[in-house]
This record gives sequence, structure tokens and C-alpha cells, in this order.
Amino acid sequence: MIINHPLLGPRDAAEFTYLGDATLINRPDWQAEDAAGKFHEYLYLRDNPAGEHRELWFHEQGDRSWLVVTRNTLTHEITKVELARDVALAAGRDK
Amino acid sequence: MSHYSIFSLARNALSRHENWSEAWRNPEPRAEYDVIIIGAGGHGLGAAYYLAKEHGITNVAVLEKGYLGGGNTGRNTTIVRSNYLLEGNAHFYEHSMKLWEGLSRDINYNVMFSQRGVLNLAHTDAQIDAFQRRGNAMRLNGIDAEFLSVEEIAARVPLLDCSPQTRFPIRGGLLQPRGGTARHDAVAWGYARAADTRGVDIIQNCEVTGIDVNGGRVNGVQTTRGAIRAAKIGIAVAGHSSQVAAMAGLRLPIESHVLQAMVSEPLKPCLDTVVTSGAAHLYVSQSDKGELVYGGDLDFYNSYAQRGNMPRVEEVAAALLSLFPAFSRVRMMRTWGGVMDMTMDGSPIIGKTPIDGLYLNGGWCYGGFKATPASGFCYAHLIAKDEPHPTATEYRLDRFLRGAMIDEKGMGAQPNLH
Repeated sequence: MIINHPLLGPRDAAEFTYLGDATLINRPDWQAEDAAGKFHEYLYLRDNPAGEHRELWFHEQGDRSWLVVTRNTLTHEITKVELARDVALAAGRDK
Repeated sequence: MSHYSIFSLARNALSRHENWSEAWRNPEPRAEYDVIIIGAGGHGLGAAYYLAKEHGITNVAVLEKGYLGGGNTGRNTTIVRSNYLLEGNAHFYEHSMKLWEGLSRDINYNVMFSQRGVLNLAHTDAQIDAFQRRGNAMRLNGIDAEFLSVEEIAARVPLLDCSPQTRFPIRGGLLQPRGGTARHDAVAWGYARAADTRGVDIIQNCEVTGIDVNGGRVNGVQTTRGAIRAAKIGIAVAGHSSQVAAMAGLRLPIESHVLQAMVSEPLKPCLDTVVTSGAAHLYVSQSDKGELVYGGDLDFYNSYAQRGNMPRVEEVAAALLSLFPAFSRVRMMRTWGGVMDMTMDGSPIIGKTPIDGLYLNGGWCYGGFKATPASGFCYAHLIAKDEPHPTATEYRLDRFLRGAMIDEKGMGAQPNLH
């Protein structure tokens, strides 16, 4: 599998490690009233789709950047690769 | 259905084996059942069998989208063991081991259960400590375990490279003598035949496309062969649990990953036990046909493709050769992949869901095959009595909310590392 890194170009997937669903970027507010329930969902529950999946990959054997890869879990076809930083900033996070 | 025995074999031999009756019927689905099990793999068929046998519930349908035993039941590496450390797991898997020991007789079908031993290799001081602790815990729970020295391992598995020069020098190992292998297809076929004999309808080529929930209760399923009503519905589709549960609006603590396995060309008998190594990421045994059956890690990313990628095949083959240099000239015959439900703590789920009458059996990670008999047994108990079997109480779905994880490897909520 080849991941088309936004900064480095096409890289072999073997250079990366995998974390999981990209919703892990959106850590809940630990001070909120419903924090316990929100953290249960955040930590443990997954959509686990058969089809398009946005997921976090870490370029461990490369530039050590986090990427959000959009990949089809039925075909392994990758349709989009973004820097996780850009995704987080676009979602309104400050870093 | 005729009883299989030496006499039925002799009788059918006289007519050149042309008059064997079919092993199970192929019925049309009825409009309503007492219980519907979704998924005719080992676990679903086992549950149907024990529902009929232990609880007298025979108005049961097992729905299968493809053919019987065509999923993970026919894709695993057939290893059976009960060498677990934690309380929540140990009694369940030992229950399973005891059922395995009487299974062929119980279901009148030879599942070729072979207690050839399962040997976990230790390569470091830390592993020796961990395995001795595990072995002690097993013995305290009444499960057999022996810690072997390198010399004992070398005598027992002569082809294993026990020299200090190897990539992962072997320092010792934990043996479960009662562990071994079984014929995976036969487990599905045997349970199917035994359940069918007791009146269970096994309906193949019948994919569930929807689960009908009304006022917090299930009352049936939509399928490619029409709607079927039932007040109790059990999901047993590990690998695709998230998809089926989503039909009832549930999100599960599960990711689906692909695990590859492979077999070599057949060899004469050369390996009479199951050898596993956590450090080398390998498990290997020799089938009755003579093929080496082996596998290693997941491909590590979410996948529903029932195939893997070559880098993992290469790593597993390299691990095999580092432990068994003698296999370097053996040709690989084929590889395949199966889709695993990987849970957030590496342990399975057998429990109620928030929807009345809907039950979940899934999350089997790497280890569903060995659990098949107890999984079926405990699932039948849960469905019949609406309360968990004593050996499966810790497998409830709500354990993630309660913080009562059963994390054998201590990896945390990272499914691909379990």
C-alpha cells in the first residue's frame, strides 16, 4: 500500500504506524458535565465502516508527522491524504 | 438423520457410499421463530445446538448470508488452547477445553481434536517471568501448564533452532499439554448436523439486511429471503459485528482488521505440537494433511478485505525460518485473510445489548476458534435464560462503560495491538 504524503510524496505504508479512526483528534472536554459518557464513546466506540474510512497514520520511519488518510476498508484504495494538523486547525483547534 | 458409526460406515461401504443421507436439510425460512441466530459459523451453529440440547428450544433459525462455515470458521489456524491469565478469561476457555474433549462424541461427528500440546516460547528474562506467572495462575485455576527448559524444548521439537546464535534465542517455554488443534470445517459441519437433527432450521444464502426494533425491543429481521419474526435475536457474525449491530442503531467497541494465515506444501510428519512465539510474532503447526499452517500479526489497519498484503506474508515467513531454519526450502502453497472483530481490550463480548431481545456474540479477536464450544454453550444460556452463564459473566458489553476491561496483554484501547 502506498500513502501519498502531502509533503514527501508517495511513501510505502510500511514506514507508517496506524492509530485508528480520525475522530480520535476530537478529544472531549474533560470538565464537561457528561465527560464520563463522552470519554466512553471517544475511547471505545467506533463506527468501523465497511467502505470509506478516515484514519490516523503516523510517519514513524519518516518525518514523524500525523496524517489523516481517507481509505476504503473494502478495497484498501486511498482517495485522500491530509496533514492531521491541517484537519485539526480546520476543525477549530488551536494546534 | 442416521447415526454415524463403524456400522453405518460398513453398511454404506456395501453400496459404494452412494446412499449416505444429506447431513442437514435445506429448509425454506418460516415466517416466525422463537429464536433467530444471525451467522452460521461455529459460534452461531453451536449456540443453536446448545439451545436445542440444553434448553429444549428447537424453534430456531440460523441465518447465513453465504454458505455454512464459509467465514472465519473456515479461515483460522485451528489452534485450541486455554492458557489464559485473567480470571474473566481462564474459566471460560477451560470450559471450552472440556467441551472440546468430549465434542466428537457429543455431536456424533469427528472434529479430529488432537491434543498435541501448545508451546509458547520465551526469549527474554521478562517473558520467562511472565510465562511462569501465567503458568502458576493456570495451575491455580485447575488448568494444565508446564514450564520447559531449553533442553526439554529441544528434545520435544527437534527442528526448532535452540542455539544461542538464532535471531531470538529460546530461553524456555510454557506448554499446555491439553492444547492442540481440531478440524475447523468439521466443527461447523458437526454442529450444523447436530442442530439440524434436533429441529433447528439452517438457512443459507439468506443475508440479514435489517433488524426490526420497536419500542426498545426486537421483533424480527429483514432478509434477502423476506421478513422473519422472532422475539429473540442473537448476532454471531464476528468480523462484521459492527455492520450487523449498526442495523439496530448500535455502535460497538470493535474495529475490524484482517489477519492472514498461510500453508506450505504438504510434508511428512515433522512437527507434532503447536509452537508459538510472541517475540517472533509467529504460530505454526502441522496439519493432518502434512501442510505447515502458520500465521503472525494482523496487517494492523482496519480492513474488511478478506485478503492481506505481501509485507506481512514476508515477515511471517521470515519469523518461521528464524525459528525453523529447516523449513527454508519448503514452498508456500497459499495464503488467505480473515476479518477479525478486534475489541478494545482484546477479549470477546457475549452479552445483552441495550435493545431487549437482541444479543451480541462477537469481538473474538484472534481467538474465536478455540472458544467455539463454550461460546455456543454460553450464548445459548444467555439467550434462553436472559442472564449470562457463570463462566461468561465478565464478557458483558457494558464492561467498557464500567471500566471492567479484561486486557490480557495490558495494551489499552488500541485494538490492533491485542
